[in-house]
Amino acid sequence: MTDASVVSQSVNESKSSPLSFLAGPGITVNPGKVFSTVLMPIIGIVVFLLIWSGAARNIDTSLGKFPGPVAVWEQFGSLYQEHVTEREKAEAFYQRQEKRNAARVAKDPDYVPKIRAYTGKETFLDQIVTSLVTVMSGFLLAALVAIPLGIAIGLNKTLNAAVNPIIQIFKPVSPLAWLPLVTMVVSALYISPDPLVAKSFLNSMITVMLCCLWPMVINTSVGVSSLDRDLINVSRVLRLPALKHVQKIVLPASVPMIFTGMRLSLGVAWMVLIAAEMLAQNPGLGKFVWDEFQNGSSNSLARIMVAVIVIGVIGFGLDRAMLAIQRFASWDKSKATH
Amino acid sequence: MSTLLDISHIDMVFDTPKGPFTALKGVDLKIAKGEFVSLIGHSGCGKSTVLNIVAGLLQASSGGVILNGREVSEPGPDRAVVFQNHSLLPWLTAYQNVELAVKQVFGRTKTRAEIKEWIEHNLQLVHMDHAMHKRPDEISGGMKQRVGIARALAMQPEILLMDEPFGALDALTRAHMQDSLMEIQQELNNTVIMITHDVDEAVLLSDRIVMMSNGPAATVGEILEINLERPRGRLELAQDLEYTRLRSEVLKFLYEKQRKVEPMVKPRARKKVQKSRQHEAA
Repeated sequence: MTDASVVSQSVNESKSSPLSFLAGPGITVNPGKVFSTVLMPIIGIVVFLLIWSGAARNIDTSLGKFPGPVAVWEQFGSLYQEHVTEREKAEAFYQRQEKRNAARVAKDPDYVPKIRAYTGKETFLDQIVTSLVTVMSGFLLAALVAIPLGIAIGLNKTLNAAVNPIIQIFKPVSPLAWLPLVTMVVSALYISPDPLVAKSFLNSMITVMLCCLWPMVINTSVGVSSLDRDLINVSRVLRLPALKHVQKIVLPASVPMIFTGMRLSLGVAWMVLIAAEMLAQNPGLGKFVWDEFQNGSSNSLARIMVAVIVIGVIGFGLDRAMLAIQRFASWDKSKATH
Repeated sequence: MSTLLDISHIDMVFDTPKGPFTALKGVDLKIAKGEFVSLIGHSGCGKSTVLNIVAGLLQASSGGVILNGREVSEPGPDRAVVFQNHSLLPWLTAYQNVELAVKQVFGRTKTRAEIKEWIEHNLQLVHMDHAMHKRPDEISGGMKQRVGIARALAMQPEILLMDEPFGALDALTRAHMQDSLMEIQQELNNTVIMITHDVDEAVLLSDRIVMMSNGPAATVGEILEINLERPRGRLELAQDLEYTRLRSEVLKFLYEKQRKVEPMVKPRARKKVQKSRQHEAA
């Protein structure tokens, strides 16, 4: 009896903690939760920064001292500044061109003005966009192939037996091994006087696709083949035709597993992309890292470190975005928690 | 009364790694239209196998099932099944679960408005109209089973097959569901085969109780007619001498004549035994 009252009292106390004013009236804040979700991550990051800057001071490279957090932070600023300057240059270029064309048309009314595109170099932000476009194209292309294939081999044990060894062998192959082959095949087959997309983009995208295909194929097929026996029996009792069986029972039942596969694949795709871009010279983050490495200025290492952090943050963001889509689209919320 | 379902000379042999296993041997049973029949027996005696053969989910090794003069060779909505663990599609609401069945069975013969009305009617019948648009994970176990029953009833089956429909429910919910089922039965006069482990449930609900002998080579042991007047109330029956007599008949069969000699297995080995039983039952 006394025990119970003590427990309820302590529960009440935790509900009206001094922190609750932060969340506004009517919202209770659990101090233990604030501690673990806000305070601890901050402490972790601070400790990491301290260790990093301490270690960086003691590492001498041929390009000078290894960059610490401050140097990297400065490069964040300067990369953004370069982007702004480049955009201003482009804007000025287009204004000059327009003025010149207007002047010529005024002189000679028959003159048809030529518009030339600005050919300045890509900025860091442009390269981030290129990387995102490349990874999403490769990933979507892979999903388009992998999910139907996964459903087919999940439904058919014979087909699974035939395809499974191929999947198992190709799954662990590094993108670096694929890339030379992809490059040669693309140069042989993709011949066009007015190419819609650059070869380097195609090479990177196809390499990404080849590497991120497998987790989706495997998870989809496992999701389909582990369909609950009872649900199959429901479908049989209702005499659902094959197509309707897939559409009404198999597909929705395997949606949670398909999403798991898609999240794994997107993670793989983003990892593979950087390596593929480095070698294929696709103007994305991979090329940025490679160019800075070749450039070898005193800022290069700090700029590469900026890229490393940006790559990490974007990878994390892509995973969270996929999770948000899963939460929205999948009926099984329990599988979409972390 | 005319025979609706004729189960004749069914044998069931399963291939196991240790060689063929005869689960059922010479099962014979005739069921009349509108009759409520319970199958009772110890676990592993092949009750579920009989039900699955009638449903068409399993094929008997020899012998056959005749429904309305036609042999049963595949599953179909004329033999709707209420599964033990509800088997609702978890991504659909109660309404949509019933809708899937109704559209499949009556999609060509009923108009849209009629379909909607029929779905709602069946959900009302099981008292689930208040939670029609909830998904299975939002409702209780008893409610899920009600939706499962509504889905089966909505197919307007010739015969309703129930595989331990209330086995997973707590005692109070189970009593509630039994009352509901009797009420529905009073109204629709369905033909039902129900598997149960529960002696009280069998006596309360059935017109006949089919008691099965233990496997391997299980078969129909005894058949007990339950001539208690309907509607039946559980409170009145608790005092009823005939009810008590019928109840003890079933108990006698289960615990004297067909006493299950449980081998005293060590706890570790026990799991294996249970697993192989499940395998047989499936």
